[in-house]
Amino acid sequence: MSAGGIGRGTDYAILFVGLVVLAGPFVWMLLSSFKPNAEVRRTPPTWWPERFTVDNYSEIFTRLHFPSALFNSVVVALAVTLGTLVICSIFGYALAKLDFPGKRVLFLLVMGTLMVPGMATFIPQFVLVSNLGFVDTYAGLILPGFFGPYAGPFGVFLMRQFILGLPDELIDAARVDGAGEVRIFVRIILPLCGPALATLGILTFLGSWNNFLWPLVVATSEEMYTLPVALALYSVGQNATQYGLLLAGAVITVLPILAVFIVLQRRFVQGIAMTGIK
Amino acid sequence: MTADLAGGRRRSEAAAPAGRAGRRRVWAPRSARSRQALVAWGFALPFMLLFAVFMALPVTASFVMSFTDIRSTDALTPWAVNLVGIKNYVRLLGDPIVRQAALNTGYFVVVCVPLTMACGLAAAVALDKGVTRLRTVLRVGYYLPVVSSIVAISVVWRFLLEPNYGIVNTALARLHIDGPSWLNDPATAMPSLIVMAAWRNLGFLMVIFLAGLQTIPAELGEAAQIDGAGPWRRFRHVTLPMLRPTLLFAAVITGIGYLQFFEEPFVMTRGGPLDSTLSVTYVIYNQFGKGNYDYASAISYVLFAVIAAFTVLQFRLLRPRGLP
Repeated sequence: MSAGGIGRGTDYAILFVGLVVLAGPFVWMLLSSFKPNAEVRRTPPTWWPERFTVDNYSEIFTRLHFPSALFNSVVVALAVTLGTLVICSIFGYALAKLDFPGKRVLFLLVMGTLMVPGMATFIPQFVLVSNLGFVDTYAGLILPGFFGPYAGPFGVFLMRQFILGLPDELIDAARVDGAGEVRIFVRIILPLCGPALATLGILTFLGSWNNFLWPLVVATSEEMYTLPVALALYSVGQNATQYGLLLAGAVITVLPILAVFIVLQRRFVQGIAMTGIK
Repeated sequence: MTADLAGGRRRSEAAAPAGRAGRRRVWAPRSARSRQALVAWGFALPFMLLFAVFMALPVTASFVMSFTDIRSTDALTPWAVNLVGIKNYVRLLGDPIVRQAALNTGYFVVVCVPLTMACGLAAAVALDKGVTRLRTVLRVGYYLPVVSSIVAISVVWRFLLEPNYGIVNTALARLHIDGPSWLNDPATAMPSLIVMAAWRNLGFLMVIFLAGLQTIPAELGEAAQIDGAGPWRRFRHVTLPMLRPTLLFAAVITGIGYLQFFEEPFVMTRGGPLDSTLSVTYVIYNQFGKGNYDYASAISYVLFAVIAAFTVLQFRLLRPRGLP
């Protein structure tokens, strides 16, 4: 290919420009979170911190209930993720491999809600949570979270599609050996579901961690804020120019997800492609 | 062996007249099947219970609420409200704020969906053509905006677009261009959010397109090359048609997401200046905040109908050729 060399050069050029545009702001965010506020606001802007300081980080933890927000975000995201993995994998298995009356109807019903906009369920969900007395509680943050981004119906679909691809012979052989249905699921199906569980787990954790609107409305006291809510409410009004502090808060909000992503990025991308193509 | 079989047969023959063995034989598999059904329902139960309470009930309730006069003060007595027919729907048709928000949302969707798709496709094609080095760095870098909280992103972007010492205007000043006050000017606020949304979502589409590109057989491109087609024509007449199903999927999910455009204006502009970035979802949120649950529900159902219509339309326009 004579044009190959030139083409490849252009490819790298496009990708490199894209990389600077997409990742550049994050690099700047990380570097600037170690600058004093005055340096962040200076023109022309500096790239490396002239005076390196961790004051922003120590200060953000003494203000705005940041430790409790961090704790709440972790608790809610873990609970939503674990719960989603359990209920979606057992339901997905039933839909994929077991025979029961009403199976088709249930599947269509659940899939039908995938297209419903979040805003259409938002208000009655809030009325419901108010009536259950769950406003400003972990239950109020977690239970509707099962139907938040990348959870609920999406999880059922993902698990069902994956388990459908597992060979029936495994299950039949176990039945012949006299294994019960629960035992078959726990001992045979679940160990094979690793890739699907990992993908769903990452996506659900990500969706819950970054979820903003629902916690904003349900968490009414500062003690129940999650990280995005705490950061968003702190960044308006008189604090809007506390750039150093806000950037430190932003780094803390992004860092856990980034860590999870870098470790599992291959699987993560596979998961997106897996759900995207089907 | 033979004796055994005979013995077995004799035994069953002996029992047959009473009909017990026959019944038992039918009954046994049915028991296994009904036990399976029971277990299956047990497996479905936790999800379906939560689904009924937190999804099916709200979707239905929201529809009913849109025909009532429910307000936030009725939240604890949701049964004690009056039916008002289609009053809320009539009201939204004549509401200038809703019309403004619908126009803004349309503007956002029509510009931002193609922009995001074009950027994502360019990145995917560049990455697909055998870029082997730095793949991991590129993947993490391109995916950073997708996995990051919109609130964290807004902190950085508000600073980038800051009129006096922000990085964008500082760079423009070097080129002797006087950059506008991006988020405070009604003419530039929406374009700023469009670029930001495309920036945030193109990594996701890149991954989808990359998976689609890898399903296209290399022989097709090679054959076209032998026939004398240049890179652009190969892309235009081989890659794009083969990518049609993936493009359809990407357009649909991006469109559904963008029609619900809310977070960007909420964290960046609060819908301003002069309502220039107010979206339909933002109006629903504002009406919810004012306690008008009836009106908010009606607007969200109209939005739902538009999303459904949009999805059907795109399936018709972009449906792969040869499929019904």
